[in-house]
Amino acid sequence: MLSAWEESSVARVLPPARPRKLAKVPFVELADGRLQGVVSSGSDIGRVYVSSVAAGDFAFTCSTNNNRPCGGAHGGFCKHIEALIGEAVLQYGAERVARYLRVELANGRSEAWDITRTMGASRPPQGDKTAAAPVFSRFLRHLAYLELVPTTTPLPEMQWFPPTRAVA
Amino acid sequence: MVPADEGGGLMRADLLVEPVAGLDEVLAVVDAFDRTLVGGLLRPHPTQAGALAELAAAVAGTPLAGRVAEAAEKAAAGTASEDHLVALAAARTALLGAAHDALVTRADEATGRDRGEEAQAVPAGQGEQAANLQAAARTWLADVARAGWQGIDHDLIADSAPVVFAMLPDPTLRRLATLLDGFSAELAASCPGATLERFPLRRWADLWARALLLTRPRVDAGPAVGTATGRLLPLGVDVQEHATAAQAQVHAVFEPADGSPPRLVRASVSVSKPDTVVGVGVWQLLRPHLSLLAAAGEGRAMDLTDMPITAEGDLIWDDAHARTGRPADAFATARVALPTAVAAPTTPLDRHPTRIAIPVFLEGYAAAEDGATALVLAGHHIPVDVDRIPTAGPLTPEAVATSTACIGLLRWDAGAFRIQPLAVETTVKKKTVALHAGAWAGGTTDKLGVKAEKAATEAVAVLRERAGKLLRK
Repeated sequence: MLSAWEESSVARVLPPARPRKLAKVPFVELADGRLQGVVSSGSDIGRVYVSSVAAGDFAFTCSTNNNRPCGGAHGGFCKHIEALIGEAVLQYGAERVARYLRVELANGRSEAWDITRTMGASRPPQGDKTAAAPVFSRFLRHLAYLELVPTTTPLPEMQWFPPTRAVA
Repeated sequence: MVPADEGGGLMRADLLVEPVAGLDEVLAVVDAFDRTLVGGLLRPHPTQAGALAELAAAVAGTPLAGRVAEAAEKAAAGTASEDHLVALAAARTALLGAAHDALVTRADEATGRDRGEEAQAVPAGQGEQAANLQAAARTWLADVARAGWQGIDHDLIADSAPVVFAMLPDPTLRRLATLLDGFSAELAASCPGATLERFPLRRWADLWARALLLTRPRVDAGPAVGTATGRLLPLGVDVQEHATAAQAQVHAVFEPADGSPPRLVRASVSVSKPDTVVGVGVWQLLRPHLSLLAAAGEGRAMDLTDMPITAEGDLIWDDAHARTGRPADAFATARVALPTAVAAPTTPLDRHPTRIAIPVFLEGYAAAEDGATALVLAGHHIPVDVDRIPTAGPLTPEAVATSTACIGLLRWDAGAFRIQPLAVETTVKKKTVALHAGAWAGGTTDKLGVKAEKAATEAVAVLRERAGKLLRK
């Protein structure tokens, strides 16, 4: 016998993102085995940083969208990566972020700060810098969702995607 | 319960809980097939071969018999081609289509509703590029089936992204693209599959099979087959969403101006969205494209002139064919107009128990003792899907538990009919008040709602500003 969840066509698999302010970190995602996203520069409104932390070994990268390395991301996480982790925790909840990155939290606590500190303490290596370009193009695709024309022709498949009151 | 003297007949709750003949047997075949997708079809195990043979046997008396028998044999040997996988998906879809038909017949008996005649599906035209993208999607879905849910990894799931993004702008591919986008997001969040302890078996097999069939030429939203002129009386708003898409559907009774019988109809609007747009932000994106959302929120009818409508009862909304009419209370519509409204049949390939969403009106029930998880109707417990109530609105599970009347959608999932509340009447300070799930769809003056609207407006403004800078460089 299957459980009710297993035999439900509308089993909820992914909790919806939680609302957050987007100015500082306009884009965060758990994808391709990484926490990755785009962080606004604190000083230059025309510049953004593409930052990522890999699941498992926490290899990190941070560079501008023009591939200039971030000055702060040498021996460890820079402020952009810290902001990225903080906003990811707001959007997805600390538990999901920790699980995705495979962070073992020693004291069982899971706040953004604990996740950041635990990963930082493991002396993570510098990651592969070529990741920045695909992350930036994913951000552009993400923005492009707002440009697609709405339709009043029904999408019957959306019946499989009911809302849920559960939060991440 | 609907009073018998109003033409709607008594809501026969007993029929909703009584077993439907043959249903368990059909679902057992489906479940066995769905389990074969856990390990994947690359190197099938003998138990998987058994399940595939059962699937073939179940459609042996249908026109699919030959193809499915061959496909099952090839799949059991680990050598199924894409076309073979399409045949298996078609067999599974046919079984669930039969389940749908049996369940709708039962629901119509329980609610005393008439259903209209079936219309022929019309093949949709499409270009060569669309065919190429469908082929790419089919290849990806075949790879996923071979890997199985246990075998999915980030690289495999990421392969779907370019296909989805290429399809999204094409209106003829919107259904497939939106489905694959939601499906692949779930798979991506579940990678690597080897670490999963349990799988949403029915759900992922449903999404896989539907997507696979949508990669074949034919299926598109039913083209408009007629026009509607008359009065539209909204009953309630149903919303559906995944991370990057949302759809609102207004269920309504349509009274044709020519005096022909009233009909149950829907009007839909859907948008793509970034995953960070949620809650009232979704209403904000949908609102400008369907004036009916505001009318439903304000409790008004709309007058339609030559609005396109499909054989399935879907209005293809265009504001140019509608204007706001007189006040029309949804509960009055539900009490008076709903019982005699005729429902439309669903297109054959789209039949599936998950498609069942029949507007119903209930009163004279009690909340189950454990709260709002079930309503007790004539002694029978009917589960209530309170999780479907959108958070961006005044309706809450608590209000359902204390309600005295309910407009809902009768649905079926995981072995049981259930009620999705769209609106309830409840008593506040000795006065009857109506709370609608979609009350904020057209806008709100509610204090919490206004605050949420402002935050959502800011979030979208930030993204649009970025998009303006980055996308048009």
